Amino acid sequence: MSDRLSVFKTYKLYVGGKFPRSESGRVYEVTDSKDNWLANAPLSSRKDARDAVVAARKAFGGWSGATAYNRGQVLYRVAEMLEGRRGQFVREVADAEGLSKSRAAAVVEATIDRWVWYAGWTDKIAQVVGGANPVAGPYFNLSSPEPTGVVAVLAPQDSSFLGLVSVLAPVIATGNTAVVVASERSPLPALSLGEVLATSDVPGGVVNVLSGRTSEIATPLAAHQDVNAIDLAGADDVLAKELEIAAADNLKRVLRPQPVDDWSATPGIDRMTAFLETKTVWHPTGSLGASGSAY
Amino acid sequence: MASAFEYAPAPESRAIVDIAPSYGLFIDGEFTEAADGKVFKTVSPASEEVLSEIAQAGEADVDRAVQAARRAFEKWSALPGAERAKYLFRIARIIQERSRELAVLETLDNGKPIKETRDADLPLVAAHFFYYAGWADKLDHAGFGANPRPLGVAGQVIPWNFPLLMLAWKIAPALATGNTVVLKPAETTPLSALFFADVCRQAGLPKGVVNILPGYGDTGAALVAHPDVNKVAFTGSTAVGKQIAKTVAGTRKKLTLELGGKGANIVFDDAPIDQAVEGIVNGIFFNQGQVCCAGSRLLVQESIQDELLDSLKRRLSTLRLGDPLDKNTDIGAINSEEQLTRITSLVERGESEGAERWSPACELPTSGYWFAPTLFTNVTQAHTIARDEIFGPVLSVLTFRTPDEAVAKANNTQYGLSAGIWTEKGSRILAVANKLRAGVVWSNTFNKFDPTSPFGGYKESGFGREGGRHGLEAYLDV
Repeated sequence: MSDRLSVFKTYKLYVGGKFPRSESGRVYEVTDSKDNWLANAPLSSRKDARDAVVAARKAFGGWSGATAYNRGQVLYRVAEMLEGRRGQFVREVADAEGLSKSRAAAVVEATIDRWVWYAGWTDKIAQVVGGANPVAGPYFNLSSPEPTGVVAVLAPQDSSFLGLVSVLAPVIATGNTAVVVASERSPLPALSLGEVLATSDVPGGVVNVLSGRTSEIATPLAAHQDVNAIDLAGADDVLAKELEIAAADNLKRVLRPQPVDDWSATPGIDRMTAFLETKTVWHPTGSLGASGSAY
Repeated sequence: MASAFEYAPAPESRAIVDIAPSYGLFIDGEFTEAADGKVFKTVSPASEEVLSEIAQAGEADVDRAVQAARRAFEKWSALPGAERAKYLFRIARIIQERSRELAVLETLDNGKPIKETRDADLPLVAAHFFYYAGWADKLDHAGFGANPRPLGVAGQVIPWNFPLLMLAWKIAPALATGNTVVLKPAETTPLSALFFADVCRQAGLPKGVVNILPGYGDTGAALVAHPDVNKVAFTGSTAVGKQIAKTVAGTRKKLTLELGGKGANIVFDDAPIDQAVEGIVNGIFFNQGQVCCAGSRLLVQESIQDELLDSLKRRLSTLRLGDPLDKNTDIGAINSEEQLTRITSLVERGESEGAERWSPACELPTSGYWFAPTLFTNVTQAHTIARDEIFGPVLSVLTFRTPDEAVAKANNTQYGLSAGIWTEKGSRILAVANKLRAGVVWSNTFNKFDPTSPFGGYKESGFGREGGRHGLEAYLDV
C-alpha cells in the first residue's frame, strides 16, 4: 500500500479571495528543519504586494462596516474550519518548525484557541476602550474605537502558525483588513490558512497572504501610500528601522517588533488597540426650549 | 460694514502682567542663560512691540535639561501617586488664581483676543491639570493593567497657536503618570511657558521635573533626537511630524503626533441655519483660524447654499477685528509675519486658481500682522485652498447634493482630525459621523474641547490621543 505516490499541493498566494501564483512567476524552495524539500512556495513580487493592498482596500468598507457581532461569527467560523483541518496543520507545523507530532498538535490547538479568543473580542473591544466622556458642559460626548484601515502584517519568522494567527487575528477582529507576509522560511501554514479563510465566511480581500522574501515584500508595503499601518513583528532590527522610516512618509501606525518569549502566553489587548483609532463625537444636550430643540 | 452703533473700546489692562526684559531657560528649577549665550526676541503680533528677550536653547542646553529631568525622574516616579496628584492640584489652583495675568500675557505674546484666552484657553488649562491630577493615584484603574509604569523623560514640542493650553495637554498627563519633562515652546510664543515655570516654583514642584527650553526648530530637533529621551510628543505641522517620525525610527522612544487638519464642516439642508452659521464662524475664525482642527472646508448642501452664504456673509460683517486686548474683539492678530506671509500666499493661490474671494469691509491696523476674515466660493476639491492647510481665517466653500457625496468629499483629504455635521436629523448625524474618517466629530456644534475627551487624528493628522483616559497611554509603558 505504501507504494502509492502521494499528490503534492501547489501552494499559492491568497489575494482578494482568490489563489493566484505570483505575477512574477517565481517560486522558492521551502524545506523542513532537516532541509528536505516540502514545496515550492510563490516568491511574491512588489506587484503582488500592491495587488494585495488594492484587494484589502476594496474589502475595508464592507468588513469595517459589518456589525461586530457579524465579524465575531465570521471569525468563529474560521476556528470551526481550522478545527476540521487540525491534522493538516499539525503536519505542516511539525514540518515547518521541526516539532514532534505532539508538540505540533499543542501548537495548533493553542492557535485555534487563540483564534476563538479573538473571535470573542469583536463586540467587546469598543466597550472596553471606548465610552462616554463626562465633559463639563451641555454636551453628549462619546469616544469609540474604529479600525485604522489596511494593515500590513509581517508575520513572526519563528512561529509559523501560532505567531501568525497571534498577529493577524487582532488586526481583522477590530475591523481592519490585512496584507500578511508569511514567515519567510516557513510559509506553508500561512498559505494553508488562506485556504481555510476562503472556505469560511471571511469576505475576499479581508486577509491577503503573501509568501516570499520578507524584506522584498515589506519594503513596498511600508512605503505604500494606501497602507495605514504596519506590524513589524517579522522584521529584524535593521529592516524594522528602514521600514519605520519609510512608514513615516504617510504617518502609518507602526507596531515595532516586540520581544515575545512565548507566543502561547495569553495576549493582552495591545495588538488590537495598536490598529484602532479613537473617534470622539460631540452633540449638544441641554433642556428643551420652546422650539423643541436646544443647540 | 459700518454699523449705526460703534462699540467703545473696552481694553483689558495689561498692568496685571509684569513682563521682564529678559528670560533665561528653565533647567533644574533655575533660570539660566543658554550655554552659547544666544538670545532671541519675542514680539507682540498686534503691535510688533518687543516684549522680551529670551535665551535660546542649543544642543548643550538640551543635554543639560534632559540630564536634569533624568535625575528628577527617579524620585518623581517613585512618589506615591497621591503626592504627585497634590502637586498637580496645586498647579491647577495657582493657574486659576493667576488666570487673568496669564490670559493677558498670552494675548500679548500670541495676538489672540482676550475674550478667547480668558474664556477658553485659561479655563481649559486649569481643567486639564485638575483632570490629570486625579488620575495620578488611580493609574491601576485606567484600563492599562495593574501598575503601569512611566516611560522616563518626555521631550515635548508645542506650537504657538495655543501656547499654554498645549503645554497643559503635554505636561499634565506626563507628570500625572510619573514622567519628567523637557518642553520646548514655539519661538514666537515662549512667554507663558516661562511664566508656567514660575507656577511650578510656587507649587513647590521638585527641581528638574519640568524644564522649559525656548528655541527654534533646531532646539526641538535636538530634543527629539536626544538619546536619553524616552517619549516624544509633538504638536505642529504634518511635515515636521513626518521628520520626527523618521528621527525616532528604530529607537524605543514612544511617539505621539498631533498634526495638521483640513476639517470639513458639513451643513445639510435641514440644519438650523443660524446655529450653523455660528458654528461655521466658530469653526474657522476662532483663534484667527490658527487651529489644527479648524473647520476650514465648508460643505453646504446645494439647495441651501445661497441662503446660508447670505447669512454667513452678514454674520462675518459683524465680526470685530482689532486690538486683541479689547474685550469686544473677535479677531485678533496673526501670530507672526511668517505665518501672515504663508496665509497671504495661499490665498493668492486660491484666487489665481479661479476661486472667488470675499471679505467683509474690514479696516486692518497699520502695525502688526493682520488678515481679514476671508471666504472662498467656487472652490473645487482640486483647488489648493481645499487641500492644503492654510492655518488662518480663510474658509473654502464647497457644495454637495447627497449625504454620500458629502462623506466622500469630507474624507477626500490626507488629513483626518476634525469634522462637523449640521442637521436636525439624529439618524443622519449618527450615520454620517460613523463614516467620517476623523478623530473628532462635532455634531451641531464645533471646536469644543474638554480634558475628559480624547483628541487626535486619523491618517496624516497624526497618531495618539490627548485628553481623557486615552491620553494617559502615551505616557505609560503600555
